[in-house]
Parts: sequence; structure tokens; C-alpha cells
Amino acid sequence: MSENENDKLLDLIANWNEIKASSCAHNIRQNGRSVERMSTENIQIIPKEDGSGLDIRIAAGTKGEKVAIPACVTAANIDDLVYNDFYVGEGADVTIIAGCGIHVHNGEEARHSGIHRFFMGRDSKAVYLEKHVGTGGRRDTKRVIDPVTEVYLEEGSCLEMDTSQIGGVDSTKRITKGSVKAGAKLIIKEHLLTEGEERASTSFQVTLDGDGSAVDLVSRSVAKDHSYQEYRSEIVGNAVCTGHSECDAIITGSGRVNASPALYAANEDASLIHEAAIGKIAGEQIMKLRTFGLTEEEAEQKIIEGFLR
Amino acid sequence: MLTLNHINWSTPEGVPILRDLSLEIGDNALTVITGPNGGGKTTLAKVIVGLLRPSGGSILLDGEDITELDVTGRARKGISYAFQQPVRFKGLTVHDLLELGSGGTLSDTQVCALLSKVGLCARDYKDREVNASLSGGEIKRIEIASVLARDSRLVIFDEPEAGIDLWSFSGLIQAFEEMKNSHKASQIIISHQERILEVADRIVVVENGKVARDGSREEILPTLTSVAACPIGRDNLGERL
Repeated sequence: MSENENDKLLDLIANWNEIKASSCAHNIRQNGRSVERMSTENIQIIPKEDGSGLDIRIAAGTKGEKVAIPACVTAANIDDLVYNDFYVGEGADVTIIAGCGIHVHNGEEARHSGIHRFFMGRDSKAVYLEKHVGTGGRRDTKRVIDPVTEVYLEEGSCLEMDTSQIGGVDSTKRITKGSVKAGAKLIIKEHLLTEGEERASTSFQVTLDGDGSAVDLVSRSVAKDHSYQEYRSEIVGNAVCTGHSECDAIITGSGRVNASPALYAANEDASLIHEAAIGKIAGEQIMKLRTFGLTEEEAEQKIIEGFLR
Repeated sequence: MLTLNHINWSTPEGVPILRDLSLEIGDNALTVITGPNGGGKTTLAKVIVGLLRPSGGSILLDGEDITELDVTGRARKGISYAFQQPVRFKGLTVHDLLELGSGGTLSDTQVCALLSKVGLCARDYKDREVNASLSGGEIKRIEIASVLARDSRLVIFDEPEAGIDLWSFSGLIQAFEEMKNSHKASQIIISHQERILEVADRIVVVENGKVARDGSREEILPTLTSVAACPIGRDNLGERL
């Protein structure tokens, strides 16, 4: 794969051209090792001593900066496992960009497992953008991405996670765990599309441990063709807290979705809500867009694009 | 411009709703279709748009037989329809919907102009999702704006007044009149509302699946007073009718 094609893959994951132009802190991981790294005064990217991954240390009070650590796998038979820890200093307000792209050809396989931990300092704020893509041949491939995300929110902090995987990944097992202290807020938006014979499993476990803590978890997914998805979520309210989870899925063709949301309230002032809906695209939605002159297929495409945005 | 010849349509259970209905709609005219609930007005609109296929009769647009054209085909011929019960979409924004209606991209200024016509402030609404968070009145106005965004030959508004407050209603009437004066499209408005009836060029009363009366506003409007007690008058608007 040429350097230019690598850049294309990185651009799909992390708007790479924009990142390069902005000279923000970054690390590029390719086929299991770092190939480019840059720290800034406020954001230090330090390799772990055992070589298993990176520590990303964001100084207290850092405002408006970005850090990007995309990974790509462009060779067959790679099994890449990386541990990255983010330490977001008190009062910081930053954007963190990660994600992985796998490009392999027909008959090839590759795996990437990113284990990310976020330690959000008091009153800190971060937006975490994570995108997973698979490109290359579609026949007899085995692109596997198994991310694990653990988040620890100190008092008053806020982490907004926006994750997406829109096709091209044959198998994925996503695990997200969170612990939220008083006055802290965790916002999760997940966008997932599977097609062909792809399989995806996503699991969330969030514990609200402090008064005034909150989680808002929205998962939107589309299962097309013969693909299969599993959704699990558990919100535990141990304090005066608010928890909301919403799992919406569209199925088309022979797609299947198995959703099991759970709520556990261990405090009488815990307010937990779950909403779930699985179904095909409503016929009236398609009809409405057809009255604009779209074909049935175009209407379906627009509805799915909007739903997963 | 639009000719309906001997249209019949029955429910899947076989209950006839439209019975040998014939109607001619002229160029650039504003025609209000009124009549009792259950008389077949919305069914007629859906048959024109292609959402329902008539069991008998033919539909001609500018002399071309469009009876066999589906919804998409008729929309591409310039037939537009504002639903009585607007559809909601998770994820699509108001801006998206207006662009889908227009068939291209719209600047913020264009979005603002469209939303102003239905009494909404673009800044508050353009990025809102067209989902359950919108009230009945809001979604109704956005539905009408999405149809105004289209370059239409014939526009059908199905009870556009529902959910619209009085202040916005004036703007809506103005939008109907502007469309009429632009001589770009003919309008069919299904309505019981007095102020809409008053801007009609022509009023058609549909009852029991047929055209019961058809004539100029001057001719038909006064006759509607004689049916004040019938379901033609809805809510407190019925007094005048």
C-alpha cells in the first residue's frame, strides 16, 4: 500500500489532512508500531516502558487543543494489540481523535484491538471521536476490530464519546465501561452499520457513583443483508443520578439485532430510563421521500444516512 | 392541467370511497376541496399523488396519462403533496428535509426564507431533527415548508391549517397567494378553514366519494352556510360554514 493510500485510510478515520495541517499532537500507528509521533507543550505522548502502547498526558487547564492517535493495518495476518491511556488534567477541555482502519484484500485477515482508558480529571472536558473502517476486497476477508474503552470520570468532568463503524469490518466486539463520580457526565453516541455477513457486538456498562452524575447513551445501528448485531447495556445508579439509554436499530433484508438493555437502581433517587426500538424503515418514511422524487432505494439510503449521522 | 376521469377507489375490505369521481384542475388555479369528514378528500389527494392506485378511471397531467406512474414518477412530473399527518425521521434535520424536497443544496438564507413562510425561525429549527421532539404544529409547518421548497407543477396541501397558530396562519395564507400569483403551480388545498376558502379561485365539495358541488368561490362559499350543522365545520370554525 502506498503512502498516499495510507493517508487516504487515515483521512477516512481521522480527517488526517486536517490533522496534519493543524500540527496538533499525534501518533500514527501502522501495522503494529508507531511510525510518526509529535507531542506539544500541553499534550505529551509517551510510549509505555513495556512497549505495549502510549500514555497521553494532557496538562491541567489545556483548552481547545486536539490530539489524534489513529491506527491502520494495511498488511495481512497482523494481530495488533495496543494499550493507550489518556490522562486529562483538571479543567482541561480537549478533543481526542482515535480509530482504526484495516485495508486487506480478498481472502486476507487482520485484527486490531485498541484498549483505551480515559482518566478524566476534576472539571475536565473531552470530546472523543472514534471511527472504525474496513476497506479493500470484500470476498472471504476477516477484518476484526475489538475495541475496549474504559472511562473514569472524576467530579465535575464530562466526556462525550462519538464512535462509529459504518461497514467494512467483518467482526467486532466492542466493550465500553464507565465509572462516573459526582457532578460528572458521560455522553455516548454510537453509530454502527453491518452488512453482508458481518457480525458486531457492543456492550456498555456504566456505574453512576456520585450525586448529580449522569450518563446519556444513544446507540443507533443498521443491520443489513445477513448481518447480525448484539447490543447489551447496563446502567447502575448508586446515587442521586440520571441515566438514559436509547437503542434504536433498523433492520433491512435478513439483518438481525438482539438487544438487551438493563437498568439497576441502587438508590431511591436514581432516575434511569431506557428506550429501545428495532424495526424496518417505516413505509411512510419511504413514501414521504418518494413524493420528493426519490426512488425507493434512494429514499432508504437517505433515511439510513440520516439515522446513522 | 390535471384531469381525473371516472376515478374509483375502495378500501381493501371493499368499501367504496371514491365513486366515479371526475374533476378538472386548471392552470395556476387555487382550488379548495372541502366536504364532510370521510367523504373521500384525502383519498382523492393520495390517488392524485400516486400513494393509492385507483381501481378504475384515468389521471392525465397536461394531457399525458399518468395513471400507471408510481409516486416517484409523479413527483418527478412536478406533483407535490403535503401530508395531513407529517412523517418523522430520526436523524434527518429540518435542513436535510428541505434540501431533499428542493432536490439540491440550500443555503442558510434559502432555508430561512422557506421557514419564515411557515412562521418558524431558521436559527432555532434548521439543525433540529425531524423527530418526536417537534410538536404537532412544528412538524406540520416543516412539512409545508418542505413542499414549498419544491419546484412544483401541482401542489396538494392536505389540511394545512391543522396545528398552525393564528399568527403563522396569516403567513401561510400569504404563501398560498404568492404561489398563486407566481403562476408557476396549481394548488389543491383540502381544508374546512374559512380563511383558506376565502382565497380560493374555485371550491369543490366532495361528499360520498363524488363531486357534490363545483364552482367559483363566489358561487359555492355562500352555499356552505346551509350546511353549518354538518361535519364540514370542524371545531369552532364551523360557525361560518
